[in-house]
Amino acid sequence: MLDALLNFEILRNTFYTGLIVGLLAPLLGTFIVVRRLSLISDGLSHVTLAGISFGLLMQKKYTLLMFTPFHTGIFFSVLGAIVIENLRHVYKSFQEIAIPITLSVGVGLSVVFIAMADGINTDIYAYLFGSVAAVSQSDLYVVLFTAIFVLIVITLLYKELFALSFDEEFATVSGIHAKIIHYLFIIMTALVIAASIRIVGVLLVSALMTLPVATAMRLAKSFKQTLIFSIIYGEVAVIIGLITGYYFEIPPGGTIVITAAILLGLTLLIKKWYLAYIYRG
Amino acid sequence: MSHLIEVNNVTHRYDHHKVLDDVSFTITEGDFVGLVGPNGSGKTTIIKLMLGLEKVQKGSITAFDKPIEKFHNKGHISFVSQKANSFSRDFPATAKEVVSMGLTTKASIWRPTTKKYEYLIFEALDRVNMLEYANHNIGDLSGGQQQRIFIARAIVNNPKLLILDEPTVGVDTENVEQFYQLLSQLNEQLGITLILVSHDIGTITTHVNDLLCLNKSVHYHGNPNDFEGMSDEQRSKIYGHAMNTITHHH
Repeated sequence: MLDALLNFEILRNTFYTGLIVGLLAPLLGTFIVVRRLSLISDGLSHVTLAGISFGLLMQKKYTLLMFTPFHTGIFFSVLGAIVIENLRHVYKSFQEIAIPITLSVGVGLSVVFIAMADGINTDIYAYLFGSVAAVSQSDLYVVLFTAIFVLIVITLLYKELFALSFDEEFATVSGIHAKIIHYLFIIMTALVIAASIRIVGVLLVSALMTLPVATAMRLAKSFKQTLIFSIIYGEVAVIIGLITGYYFEIPPGGTIVITAAILLGLTLLIKKWYLAYIYRG
Repeated sequence: MSHLIEVNNVTHRYDHHKVLDDVSFTITEGDFVGLVGPNGSGKTTIIKLMLGLEKVQKGSITAFDKPIEKFHNKGHISFVSQKANSFSRDFPATAKEVVSMGLTTKASIWRPTTKKYEYLIFEALDRVNMLEYANHNIGDLSGGQQQRIFIARAIVNNPKLLILDEPTVGVDTENVEQFYQLLSQLNEQLGITLILVSHDIGTITTHVNDLLCLNKSVHYHGNPNDFEGMSDEQRSKIYGHAMNTITHHH
């Protein structure tokens, strides 16, 4: 892939997008996992699928080319994020119920849109499992813009996000505007999910947000370390996954997630052996 | 001595159930107040109202000479909750990181430098005698140690008033005495006004210098020694509850 990278712009775009997503997904994923909201990314990714299907429908059936599936996907994802956050306030003691609601509505809408435009099944395959040749120059710019936005917000609000994830009541008493920060965070999550879908696909995007974090949590001693290790594991999975996916002609979503899962398995095993060695020694 | 908190004729309902009935009291600077009452007496509600976590329905509350609705907490009031013990034990954070959460109110784009932050965090850890545990994972510490870390988090920003909601729940009996000593130090050496909420009237009266008995309404507010001097019958009447079910027999 590396020599092909130099020659084909589209592969280069995919590779860069992969690197950005490998940073952003585990970064936000860490906050999501510690708040026990891992499934939120599944809910949002399926809403994004509805947006993508809507874009494809508009393009194929009505030749409305300004509705690119990538952009409609982002729009639906952000909308879904706002709905989830509102539902979480409606069902205060059953906050997780917001996730199956949005997930099923997302799938329902996708099915309707796909059925209405009966010729988009081959395109949808790339959105479900990711693709190595799907990122245009303008898509890359959107992803880059998302990355800059997310990194600025996380840098400025790191302490607030950390405090809210650990103990929302204390954070609120300390004068943190919990509601605004929750909205900002879930909208960032929606943007990152929409961006990641080009690479890993709807069905596997949540894995990129949770698997590297699950691995990092076994090793890290602090929250900062968890963030750093998650990003390292995320990047390794994306790079190995993209290259193997390209060579074996497998959608990269599969190879990236399998790589992340192997890294998790190896880390758990090595830690177990290490602990056994320490106790024996 | 100025009044930090003034509660005036506060009545509060959840649905149609009255939890506070015409409650009035003041918290004076420098006091170590014990707020006691049986379960369901409205202690947590009055705390939530003072912290601005719930809106006042009837009556008024003044915090630092401002109506509570207009009071923006910039570190004046801090809090150690009962729930501090029920956080997820697998949460990947060190004791130092947990204490650092107490500094978020100072945060804006113009944050103090990291070095200043570090100094404040270590100072707070030292206050609670947990300096050597700074880099330990919070989940690996004992209940009593965790509670000390939560105290450090609450005092790192130099509050004037510290409210503790049932802080000894989950702390074993040997450590409870040390815990009260720590609170007395905070009160006497740092001059932090304390409100300690408890359903355990037995141990609390020997440590606090102001006792407030709440059971929907204020039944007693004054010197704990005077309260101790009363007969059991009188105390039960004030407490609004059979005393022997809540006093400790060691």
